[in-house]
Amino acid sequence: MAQAGNEAVIRVRDLVVGFGPVTVLDRLSLDVFRGEILGFVGGSGAGKSVLMRTIIGLLPRRSGSIEVFGLNLGTSSEKERRAMERRWGILFQQGALFSSLTVRQNVQFPMRQYLDLSDRLLDEIALAKLQMVGLTTDVADKFPAELSGGMTKRVALARALALDPEIVFLDEPTSGLDPIGAGAFDDLIRTLQRTLGLTVFMVTHDLDSLHTVCDRIAVLADGRVVVDGPIATMLGSEHPWVRQYFRGKRTRAAAG
Amino acid sequence: MTVRPTLDERRSGERLVLAATGAWTVEHASELEPLIDAASGTRLKGRLVRIDMGRVDRLDTFGAWLIERLLRAWHKRGAEATIEGLPDHYRGLLTEVHHVNLTTPPPAPSYSRLGAMLENVGRAIANTGGDLVRIVHLLGETTVALMRVAVRPASFRLTSVVHHLDRVGLQAVPIILLITFLLGCIIAQQGIFHFRRFGAELYVIDMIGILVLREIGVIMVSIMIAGRSGSAYTAELGAMKMREEIDALRTMGFGAVDVLVLPRLVALMIAMPILTFLGSMAALYGGGLVCWLYGGISPEIFVSRLKDAISVDHFMVGMIKAPFMALIIGLVACTEGLQVKGSAESLGLHTTASVVKSVFLVIVTDGLFAMFFAAIGK
Repeated sequence: MAQAGNEAVIRVRDLVVGFGPVTVLDRLSLDVFRGEILGFVGGSGAGKSVLMRTIIGLLPRRSGSIEVFGLNLGTSSEKERRAMERRWGILFQQGALFSSLTVRQNVQFPMRQYLDLSDRLLDEIALAKLQMVGLTTDVADKFPAELSGGMTKRVALARALALDPEIVFLDEPTSGLDPIGAGAFDDLIRTLQRTLGLTVFMVTHDLDSLHTVCDRIAVLADGRVVVDGPIATMLGSEHPWVRQYFRGKRTRAAAG
Repeated sequence: MTVRPTLDERRSGERLVLAATGAWTVEHASELEPLIDAASGTRLKGRLVRIDMGRVDRLDTFGAWLIERLLRAWHKRGAEATIEGLPDHYRGLLTEVHHVNLTTPPPAPSYSRLGAMLENVGRAIANTGGDLVRIVHLLGETTVALMRVAVRPASFRLTSVVHHLDRVGLQAVPIILLITFLLGCIIAQQGIFHFRRFGAELYVIDMIGILVLREIGVIMVSIMIAGRSGSAYTAELGAMKMREEIDALRTMGFGAVDVLVLPRLVALMIAMPILTFLGSMAALYGGGLVCWLYGGISPEIFVSRLKDAISVDHFMVGMIKAPFMALIIGLVACTEGLQVKGSAESLGLHTTASVVKSVFLVIVTDGLFAMFFAAIGK
């Protein structure tokens, strides 16, 4: 399951998104293949999060098409969309945990909405998910305000994985974590991706993540994907922004 | 889309063989659980159990966990269970769930209903006391901040006061005028309707004058301001608390009271008497209009009767109360705002509490003022 298949689970074609007079994404096209970890990079304000939020339907688009699992999000019915939303999980940058629910209730929330399970199974699965993302069971009854940054990210990941989705969207999963914590989080994503056969769409700035976990990297500049391919392609690219990003001073320091 | 999961039992000698088929996934979790529970209760002849997973199409965490639950149930009964035919890419998943939930999970905390009720009563009482202490505390801090300003007038945040004055004063004028105008109309209409039976319509003017100037004007405006501006103060301070803005201020050497509370309180205390005056006038105007159109009392008679009925004292009694009401609303709103904890629910609770408590305290204070003025004979 680790190797990338050829089936595109997300197909974005000629997508245009803008706010008022500003066009953020300009005829952007991108494929995400089943079973791969795609790292999505770009300068601050380039529109990485905008693309992610447009794919998951939080932002309107001006033109272009988005297909997820072969379903065109522009023409699909409400019911088809709902069914499809069960097949993806989203990790928001700040975690976006429900602050009035405990950790356990946060993870159980999507399960309670969509499934009719016994309380015992709900509890067991919620705790299993928490342990799979590397937490201990004693955080289960804490409230989000009582968690550290790294724990919040892990709980948010557990909630994103609650329904065993096929795609997970991660918005800067390692931002705000120390290098050791970030490394552990990368490993976790890799392990989960292998065991659960996930497709991962990861918006990130973390060069270490890009080097270690991403199968493929897409670079966003000037409103479209300028280069995509494995890390070797990035290092060989002559696009000025890509060259500065992957072969800049900080990169060399990170590479050792 | 996916095939329903099944689990068929078969015996081969001493050995129990279970053949699993279909999709062992989240969509079918509610069907899988009874299957697993039934299987873990099966009578065992020998101690050997084999689970044949060769014909399982798909497996996810839900399915894997339920298999693991079954294995553990049998292990407890002394049986040896083995899994066969599982596709390689699902091995990792089973290994993963093998390591979770090894310790008995902590039960979700539960309370007895009576205990919870008693706890709530106790907390409510303790909170009431705590609230009073916190309000007095904030009053003290604000006074100290005011004294600091008196020593160094340059540190007074005039821009902030003007900004809040615009929001709680100027922008509140239209709605205050409308509400008090309508209230004046209603009082006049009801008064005329009932007093007419005694032929005492003219006394309606006395009633409107005294009621509006002494009580209704200031109370109505206070309630409006508590709902409109007090709640906004609480929500603003609460959101700032949640986003650590207040901590950030403190680390830069500013107190939340100097920067946030004092300007808001000053603005409210300036705005409130003005709004009360405008509100009272609008109510008198509304009353006069209804007297004319509905009661047939001409404006000339209304004004001259009003002049006889009320004195400056009545007007002053109402106006004196306004800044005190503003102080109460502002203090309660800011105290509640600074009490907000991390969650969205907490913000909602404190905003509600802010409005409820300030309205309650405004009415209690009005009662105390009434007793005071009665005692001094005004």
